[in-house]
Amino acid sequence: MTKPLVAIRSVSKNFGEFQALKSVSLDVWPGEVMCLIGASGSGKTTLLRCINQLTAIDAGGIWLDGELLGVREQGGRLYRLSEREIGRQRLKTGMVFQRFNLFPHKTALENITEGPLQVQGRKSDEVRAEAVELLRRVGLSAKADSYPAQLSGGQQQRVAIARALAMKPMLMLFDEPTSALDPELVGEVLAVMKELAKSGMTMMVVTHELGFAREVADRVVYMDQGAIVEQGRASEVLGAPREERTKAFLSAVI
Amino acid sequence: MKPAPALAEGFPDLSGMRIAREPHWFRWLSAALIVLVLAAIGRAFAGGQIEWSYVSRFLTAKVIIEGIVNTMVMAVLAMAFGIFLGVVVAIMRLSPNPVLKTVAAGYTWLFRGTPLILQLLLWFNLALVFPTIGIPGLWSARAVDVMTPFLAALLGLGINQGAYTSEVVRAGMLSVDMGQYEAAQAIGMGRLRALRRIILPQAMRVVIPPLGNEFIGMVKATSLASVIQYPEVLHNAENIYYANSRVIELLIVAGLWYLLVVSILTPLQMLLERRFARGTLQFAR
Repeated sequence: MTKPLVAIRSVSKNFGEFQALKSVSLDVWPGEVMCLIGASGSGKTTLLRCINQLTAIDAGGIWLDGELLGVREQGGRLYRLSEREIGRQRLKTGMVFQRFNLFPHKTALENITEGPLQVQGRKSDEVRAEAVELLRRVGLSAKADSYPAQLSGGQQQRVAIARALAMKPMLMLFDEPTSALDPELVGEVLAVMKELAKSGMTMMVVTHELGFAREVADRVVYMDQGAIVEQGRASEVLGAPREERTKAFLSAVI
Repeated sequence: MKPAPALAEGFPDLSGMRIAREPHWFRWLSAALIVLVLAAIGRAFAGGQIEWSYVSRFLTAKVIIEGIVNTMVMAVLAMAFGIFLGVVVAIMRLSPNPVLKTVAAGYTWLFRGTPLILQLLLWFNLALVFPTIGIPGLWSARAVDVMTPFLAALLGLGINQGAYTSEVVRAGMLSVDMGQYEAAQAIGMGRLRALRRIILPQAMRVVIPPLGNEFIGMVKATSLASVIQYPEVLHNAENIYYANSRVIELLIVAGLWYLLVVSILTPLQMLLERRFARGTLQFAR
């Protein structure tokens, strides 16, 4: 029997008084494309950041590829992993940010090769060839030597996707990848993501693009106030929601 | 398609006319005034008790040249030491470790809080506190022999500079977007690697103009080392006027050399700024 790639069990996270996640449990299966939708403050971005350990959870556990993230259990107690161990676990996930976060002092190609060269310590010519191929895959072969400031938002986000893919992750996390883009640039980024989904990559996508969710997602998860309210196939959750809160959200968005 | 509606009357075509030059009376007047004042000052000095032949004779005297070389050597070494300390302390200050944080804050407090000349005197007179210094069982020496004017000046100027530089570097690091740090983490970088590869190179762009400022300050601060017998240009100029009493002439000589050095440093700073502006639109290839 296959195992989930990500298993989230009773995860809670507070920011001061604010409960961002309230005992959330969820499985993500290999090859699955999952879209997380919900109003801002519903916890969907926090959930994504917890999987990448940019945010540390307060309670519960997250397993990625069978490995417990961030902590080690021994004799009924949990011990925090070292920064090096956490860095190693992070390599299994690729993260794409809302605001791209490309390194502005490096070219598109250097942004992509930075991780494989510096963190994974791989050979330069091999990494370079892969980076060129990744740029071709996101349709930016001509922009290898451009700095981020010389690229449009859509091009920057496509470089950011290539940068994440260069680490050969098992899971891609997208945190509102098109929210900071001008409307005419959204399509080119979504096209790259669709291609990636088709290639079999496991993806978790926080998004407001319901059209994308309907077309690409295997499962849509609707979150509200730090909890999962409803989940299922896109046609069910988006087409015929059962929960009142989901209905209210969808009618407000569309 | 409908034809465009006719334009309203009463708005003449100005496209052939140009905007007249403004007279700028006040600029002319103020420039003339300043020239007058400068001429008066120049005339006063020319007729004053200054033997200009002494200025030109001592400008290239061997002792003065040696002095300015010593000034530059000390400024460069002390600044390098100060930048090294400043970067380390800035990283400590922004670390999550409360011990490192407190040590860094204490260092800045102590060395920014006391006058530089006092610190130089303390280093130079360290022998009064510790007659012998060394590593127990391995090596020891008399402090008077170790703490030469050169070493005392280097320690005093460098450690003091480190306290100021740490704040400049910290400001630069804080100016880099948090998202950059997260993106570095997301591709598996640890804290120190992210600082070295991603954060510091971007901080440099912000840090260089104030550091250029600090370096110019350092060139002049070396003159304080004259009180602990370090043979920099002011110290040597003083030694000459103690002998020949041409005080003003030799002070002018030293002043001209400081001006020359600082004038050369400014374009060098511009070159550095360009180097670290990679990727910003202004200087993008």
